[in-house]
Amino acid sequence: MFLSDLKVGDKAIIKKMVTNENIKRRLLDLGLIEGTKIECVLKSFCNDPLAYIIRGAVIAIRKSDSSNIEVELI
Amino acid sequence: MKKIALVGNPNVGKSTVFNALTGLHQHTGNWSGKTVSNATGEFIYNDNKYVIYDLPGTYSLIANSQEEEVARDFICFGEYDLIIVVCDATCLERNLNLVLQVLEITDKVLVCVNLLDEAQKKKIKIDLDNLSKILKIPVVGTSARNKKGLNNLLKLLEYQEFSSFNFKYNDDLESAISKLIPILENKVKTLNPRWVALNLINYNAKIYYKITEYLNYNLLGDEIIKNQILEIRKNLNINNEEITNSIIKKCEEIANQVIKYENSNYNDINKKIDRVITSKLWGIPIMLIMLFGIFWLTIKGANYPSDLLFNLFSYIEKYLLYFLEFINTPNWLISLLISGIYKVLTWVISVMLPPMAIFFPLFTLLEDLGFLPRIAFNFDGLFKKCCACGKQALTMCMGFGCNAVGVTGTRIIDSPRERLIAILTNVFVPCNGRFPMMITIITIFFVGINSHNSFLSVLLLTLVILLGFLLTFLISFVLSKTILKGIPSSFTLELPSYRRPQFGKVIVRSIFNRTIFVLGRAIAVAVPAGAVIWILANITVSGISLLNYLADFLNPFGKLIGLDGAILLAFILGFPANEIVIPIMLMIYLSTGEVIEFENLESLKQILIDNGWTNITAICMLIFSLCHFPCSTTCLTIKKETGSIKWTLISFLLPTIIGIILCLMIKQIVIFIS
Repeated sequence: MFLSDLKVGDKAIIKKMVTNENIKRRLLDLGLIEGTKIECVLKSFCNDPLAYIIRGAVIAIRKSDSSNIEVELI
Repeated sequence: MKKIALVGNPNVGKSTVFNALTGLHQHTGNWSGKTVSNATGEFIYNDNKYVIYDLPGTYSLIANSQEEEVARDFICFGEYDLIIVVCDATCLERNLNLVLQVLEITDKVLVCVNLLDEAQKKKIKIDLDNLSKILKIPVVGTSARNKKGLNNLLKLLEYQEFSSFNFKYNDDLESAISKLIPILENKVKTLNPRWVALNLINYNAKIYYKITEYLNYNLLGDEIIKNQILEIRKNLNINNEEITNSIIKKCEEIANQVIKYENSNYNDINKKIDRVITSKLWGIPIMLIMLFGIFWLTIKGANYPSDLLFNLFSYIEKYLLYFLEFINTPNWLISLLISGIYKVLTWVISVMLPPMAIFFPLFTLLEDLGFLPRIAFNFDGLFKKCCACGKQALTMCMGFGCNAVGVTGTRIIDSPRERLIAILTNVFVPCNGRFPMMITIITIFFVGINSHNSFLSVLLLTLVILLGFLLTFLISFVLSKTILKGIPSSFTLELPSYRRPQFGKVIVRSIFNRTIFVLGRAIAVAVPAGAVIWILANITVSGISLLNYLADFLNPFGKLIGLDGAILLAFILGFPANEIVIPIMLMIYLSTGEVIEFENLESLKQILIDNGWTNITAICMLIFSLCHFPCSTTCLTIKKETGSIKWTLISFLLPTIIGIILCLMIKQIVIFIS
């Protein structure tokens, strides 16, 4: 399952990040690494991006950036 | 005098801490977005003088965007006595990442955990003493908005006994670093050798270039260093990611020791509001109503102070005239000074100042409230389809106040390509300077002068604005497929919690930082423009003024696109400020030697109709007001922001050509039909 597949209300743990250097860098800055717990909280009305709680902050990420990040539901 | 710098993630209340410390003794450059460029302020505490720099918000020191680069360069290479890292107590764990990164560069760090009041509301408890013990630096808790904890912060400014907190990486990396430090120590000047070593091992071209520039010495050109690095890289299998990961893990470890969540859910009220604002059903209506409301307040509210200013200036004019006559100024000079320069200058101020003084505080309120990122969040999907960035929605909102402010605001966009798109299309958002003109035309030709239906006219104006949006999306898309080819870059956007806006500060900040800035620039161009217009109107050849000659010359082309020569000339002479387009037009129609105010809308309508205006002229005029070259202030700003004459020229030509094509199409279709 990928980060982009989460529904609002889902909680998950990051398993693997296979994404390009640029976006990975950004996500690392926000504290998103393998093992981080996240919760999907919002969907914009175009269905993309989705917003997640990452280490206490609400962060929006585009599906194209989150579709390569493997997660596991908890 | 001591130099202090404030750094922190975006939206942690850094500016509030800055304001609380400096009061109003500040020189700000941050009139666009939040803190975009450095703001500096001074204050005195305990007889010591302090200079404080407010750096742009940044998540990390590996810069992703231009404003983050400013912050990074200052911390790495700037001169300072103390760095205060401002953290958000409600998400301290992520903020610690920046703290640890700063600690790798310097020991002179003080941590200010702000927004403690909000954390308290969210039932988050933070053990500040323990944090201080772990990090070996002073930590102080504040809620700067309520002025709590600031005294403790001030007391710590004199703190001297910094000890170095060396975050330990894994053994292999540590031994590599310790091999490098001795050979770097005498070559890196004031830089921290450990930090330089880390950056040499974990090579980043951008930072390496900056280090080389700062030292004026190419470290890798040094044989000993180069060989050592090559050997280290051969034996050490470590990458960038692992280094960052270990910092993040350290943050998590520290956070677990000092933070206690008694209620781990993100604020329910926030959640509820966000669900509504981003819902399919309510999202767009709410934002349109918001937009509509702001315009209505701005336009309605500006009328009265505008009239007041007009009267005040014409009152002063009388005395100026007496004075100039009293000192025996020649008549032509009086005419140039009063009818030319003074008239145009005061005109621009009277029409421009009130709407800006209303719009910008309203806009800043929304910004303070935390509403603006939601707009970007909602519309990002549309922008992505145009291969642009959702944050462009924010710069467009700023554009309503002033396109120059919108253009500077594009610095929040990380990708240079997407930033250029936002700059080039900003002019399709009509600014305050164009509203009065549009409203006047709409009222006269489509709403009816006597109906006094300001609601309908604002509604029609909103339609014109929607056309502007449509063009923005269309042009953004076309640009990304042609001269600015590229795929959408990554996009992350923080949606901060809603906060009660600070009304007093909002008004002060928006008036001083934005309104005065824009007004200042407008005044600077209105003076020469006034002189030029006067000269054109008053130099006559065989009884006809140069102004009318020029208008006649432009007339055939003007007619072709549904306008006329006078309108085109008015737009050209209105380059310094669109507020004076209609006055100049009247001046040409009536062949007067100075800009004049129309008596009332009835007489204005008569003048326009006498000069051949029809509903088609009015529509073309509206379209052309929306799509034509940006004003001189905006052009200058674009030149400054892009540093390129080519892009400035394109941003000048693009909307003009589109405006001409649209008007031409309308005119020709109408001719074809009839």
